[in-house]
Amino acid sequence: MSSLITRVRQKQIAQLIAKGKRLDDRSLTDYREINVEQGIIEKAEGSARILLGKTEVLVGTKIELGEPFSDTPNEGVLTVNAELVPLASSTFEPGPPDENSIELSRVVDRGIRESKAIDVEKLCIEPGKKTFVVFVDVYVLNHDGNLIDASALAAMSALLNTKMPNYEIENGEVKIKPEYTPLPIRNHPITVTFAKINGNLVVDPGLEEEQVMDARLSMAIDDDGNICAIQKGCSGSVTANQILEAAKIAGEKAKEIRKKLKW
Amino acid sequence: MSQKPEKLIDKKGTRLDGRKPDELRSIKIEVGVLSNADGSAYIEQGRNKILAAVFGPREMHPKHLALPERMAVRCRYHMAPFSVQERKSPAPSRREVELSKVIREALEPSIFLEYYPRIGIDIFIEVLQADGSTRCASITAASVALADAGIPMRDLVSACSAGKIDGTIILDLMDTEDKMGEADLPLALMPNFNAVTLLQMDGNLTQEEFEKAVSLATEGCKKIYALQKEALKAKYVNVKEADE
Repeated sequence: MSSLITRVRQKQIAQLIAKGKRLDDRSLTDYREINVEQGIIEKAEGSARILLGKTEVLVGTKIELGEPFSDTPNEGVLTVNAELVPLASSTFEPGPPDENSIELSRVVDRGIRESKAIDVEKLCIEPGKKTFVVFVDVYVLNHDGNLIDASALAAMSALLNTKMPNYEIENGEVKIKPEYTPLPIRNHPITVTFAKINGNLVVDPGLEEEQVMDARLSMAIDDDGNICAIQKGCSGSVTANQILEAAKIAGEKAKEIRKKLKW
Repeated sequence: MSQKPEKLIDKKGTRLDGRKPDELRSIKIEVGVLSNADGSAYIEQGRNKILAAVFGPREMHPKHLALPERMAVRCRYHMAPFSVQERKSPAPSRREVELSKVIREALEPSIFLEYYPRIGIDIFIEVLQADGSTRCASITAASVALADAGIPMRDLVSACSAGKIDGTIILDLMDTEDKMGEADLPLALMPNFNAVTLLQMDGNLTQEEFEKAVSLATEGCKKIYALQKEALKAKYVNVKEADE
């Protein structure tokens, strides 16, 4: 990346932020426009495409039969994977998942898991032996910043759109029936990400803001306004006061988005 | 898998291993334990046993990974197959890849990276035995190893976890408390700058509980900071005495 241009841009972005402004005329705590479209991949059990400004993420869910983990024999299994698809950015390269895509998938996973968004006990068919496994595959299609929030929103939207096959047990064998019921969802975590630029926090950083940020802070907020997951990123630091301020703003932003999406 | 104990903390506020809610486990830090590394440290925190080694500053290989304006830091957090109850495959897991990244990002702010353009350092962390909050103990040890390697640093990085068990906010979670508890919040701090360089959380905390957990973890980091300095002094005072 051309670091000279980035540095010129950094000065401009920092000066704007000091005045409470941003490159695209948002306030420091504004999100870009959010658009969600559900059920666009017919072959997937659930799907959603989200546009967060120009950032575009598609999530498809698949449900398969599998075995529960030995330490949670009564619970279904959730698996989140993220692909930074090469067509989404000139900086994404084909190949096995790198640390960025692994971090992205684990942060999305943590929000869903820790908020207990899926009623995993209802996925279990035969304790210790058979269960439904929910695969959540995050597909980043266009990178214009804040992949974490976009992916978390898309994943949750796809889960809300996911159908679980009905089944019956015949002579000890699981038989999948042609009908479906909705996946049991009981919480709706919303992840709010901040970029720290020149000592100030901004919500929902765009790509250029991400290129010059010192630190990144993401917080997942559940239906009750409690915090269920946090991830700090980048090689910079934040102060304890900034962390507490971020937690408060994240709570408000999550409420706003929840209202908008009617979750 | 062990069954969940009835209570993780009793009415008097005593935890399974006899600690009070705001009490650290016993910590032992040794400096310069590996002769081939440029800097190294060993930490025991409760039953955690972790080695950290630093190689460099040295020429970056492969060369295209060198950065024109600053030192490139590579970090590998790895758990030994025998470090946990059920054997862990030695191949790096997704968890280890993520932890390697966040540990690197927790240590980088403490290093004067701009002093060494095009140069690299490697930080290798091996968890020999794991018993909860290993990422924190790893950061604590790795920061001491960086100092032992003579890398120019703004401050040491001290790390400690806080969390919630049975509704009580506690310091320095051990494995059972992490797995059975309601929240885990690892935090790393450069104490002289009050700068938080690592923050993660999973579980469920209200805003008030979160505030309390952050301040408890911060206090824990400051106690660990004193131990890190002591460990460094212990080695270098001995070296000086041997010289005289």
